[in-house]
Amino acid sequence: MNRITHRFQELRRAGRKALIPYITAGDPRPELTVPMLHALVAAGADIIELGVPFSDPMADGPVIQKACERALAQGMTPRRVLELVREFRRTDRETPLVLMGYLNPIERMGHAAFAAAARDAGVDGVLTVDLPPEEAAEPIKLMNAAGIAPIFLVAPTSSVERIRHTAQLAQGYLYYVSLKGVTGSAALNVAEVAEKLAAIRACTDLPLGVGFGIKDPPTAAAVARVADAVVVGSALVARMNELADDPERMRREVAGQIAAMRQAMDRACMSAALAD
Amino acid sequence: MKAALRNPVDFSQFPDSSGHFGRYGGRFVAETLMEALHELNEAWRDCRGDPEFLAELDDDLAHYVGRPSPLYYAERWSRQLGGARIYLKREDLNHTGAHKINNTVGQALLAKRMGKTRLIAETGAGQHGVASATVAARLGMECVVYMGAEDIQRQALNVYRMRLLGATVHPVTSGSRTLKDALNEALRDWVANVDNTFYMIGTVAGPHPYPLMVREFQAVIGREAREQMLAERNAPPDALVACVGGGSNAIGLFHPFLNDAEVAIYGVEAAGSGIDTGRHAATLCAGQPGVLHGNRTYLLNDEHGQIIETHSVSAGLDYPGVGPEHAWLKDIGRVQYVAITDAEALRGFHDLTRAEGIIPALESSHALAYVTKLAPTMRPDQSIVVNLSGRGDKDIYTVAALEGIQL
Repeated sequence: MNRITHRFQELRRAGRKALIPYITAGDPRPELTVPMLHALVAAGADIIELGVPFSDPMADGPVIQKACERALAQGMTPRRVLELVREFRRTDRETPLVLMGYLNPIERMGHAAFAAAARDAGVDGVLTVDLPPEEAAEPIKLMNAAGIAPIFLVAPTSSVERIRHTAQLAQGYLYYVSLKGVTGSAALNVAEVAEKLAAIRACTDLPLGVGFGIKDPPTAAAVARVADAVVVGSALVARMNELADDPERMRREVAGQIAAMRQAMDRACMSAALAD
Repeated sequence: MKAALRNPVDFSQFPDSSGHFGRYGGRFVAETLMEALHELNEAWRDCRGDPEFLAELDDDLAHYVGRPSPLYYAERWSRQLGGARIYLKREDLNHTGAHKINNTVGQALLAKRMGKTRLIAETGAGQHGVASATVAARLGMECVVYMGAEDIQRQALNVYRMRLLGATVHPVTSGSRTLKDALNEALRDWVANVDNTFYMIGTVAGPHPYPLMVREFQAVIGREAREQMLAERNAPPDALVACVGGGSNAIGLFHPFLNDAEVAIYGVEAAGSGIDTGRHAATLCAGQPGVLHGNRTYLLNDEHGQIIETHSVSAGLDYPGVGPEHAWLKDIGRVQYVAITDAEALRGFHDLTRAEGIIPALESSHALAYVTKLAPTMRPDQSIVVNLSGRGDKDIYTVAALEGIQL
């Protein structure tokens, strides 16, 4: 079974929600990525989203754009990202890892070569931001054959028809973009998110993750009450950049952000369970 | 049957309903934009079949843009080159001085129909930005133009023009700080403000329906040229030549002739300092297929799929992608794509200026430079139509600086 599905089953049994941190591979420096990933897991991350840097990240806000630029300036490439995944897997065989990036670097490598290399490195899912389901037939086939979950976005504007179609092709989880905008935008509206998630649940049994606009423990906790997974990216990436010159402190503080969200989410889910 | 054999592809049937030209085109955007593209596509389909919309568009093109633009026989230049008769399609005589306005007038009408109150646009050299700010002023709409910080420095005149017209010019400081980054930033704006905002893309690139829609607005160039040539010579021209950055002036001229198999068609890219130097913008001549800005097309990218910086003396050709229809026309061999260096383009600029008293844009000068190679290989009873896509006033400072003259 794919590690992502397995992880969601475990969480469901325990009455907990998944916390999914995102960081950009190679940012602020390539040698800091794997230690950071381990620190995130130790602090309570359930699944990792690792960004594959791209020169033109059109769905990302300024924080992740700059992270991509820093990583690329230090020679980060898709193959080097996969090497980092392989290194992570040497000591962590349980935590699911999802690559998040854009289509062109994958096309340049070739979909078949990419799927094989990603499988060999220990990747569990791939979210290609600018690959909508209607253009994805071939990549989905290759990823399925490699045992990698194709993960897709669902937006506030997505019609029920599109959500159904996307859910049929997706595996692992559906990633609900909680607001109109790019990554790192203003805070989301939890009531609106809850309403939309209910509509999405009517279309699919896949776990639902929510991201874009989740910056702090209270928001993470509020989203955890209504979603299966909480994705946090820009808030971590921004802090990593501020502390890039002090890697020890960077790891400690960013892990601290995750630990605080973990605690807030678990508390929220426990009180919800008690209220039931 | 014979015609079918000679013309196995009916070019009017492309793209397909999901925006594909063969393997190119399509819709490669984040889910957050898909609904907006559907909405735009619906509105576009309604309008293109609506006689009232088309009448309003024709009226604007006639009275605001100044169409039809003349097809001018460059007799003296033709004689100097000693070959084919050369005709210039005078898009430089349009309001705002280039072909860009054909598209913005059309998209602005569509925006009005859709009830949008805010126009956004990306611009490189500033021509599309000016054309967007112009129509926004006329319709009393808010206009935000995204422009690379690097380009803002290089094109101060157009920046001031846009501001005079009431637009906000938003400097883009991400990435290489040029046109491609301006496009990224405009897409980000659109995602966040999709309810009231219409995104006017300036070329035949981007996700479906942009390559189709912009082509249809620009195809007025080729439709007129075809009629004008038939009236003048009773036959279509033997060859067409136009410069290709994103490729909107070229596709506008080419498209109404694509089914005329006997018409040879040449798209001219920017070879910058020379393709072998790596400092160029010749996407079709030197790139590979990939995905950027919502469509699959040829791109200039490195071996890892990162988009690379381009170079051309002409800011309007300085783009690492190209419209997907051009990618397809290249692969099937219907259009030949060639490249002209900065130095050759500058010679073309001077040649036309001196021979005909017409100062061309540096973009168009690439097409003219190719004509100086092509015309002498043809007979005097043959003809070439070249798209003079813009006037050169905006480039005077660039040309002077290159020649060491301080104005």
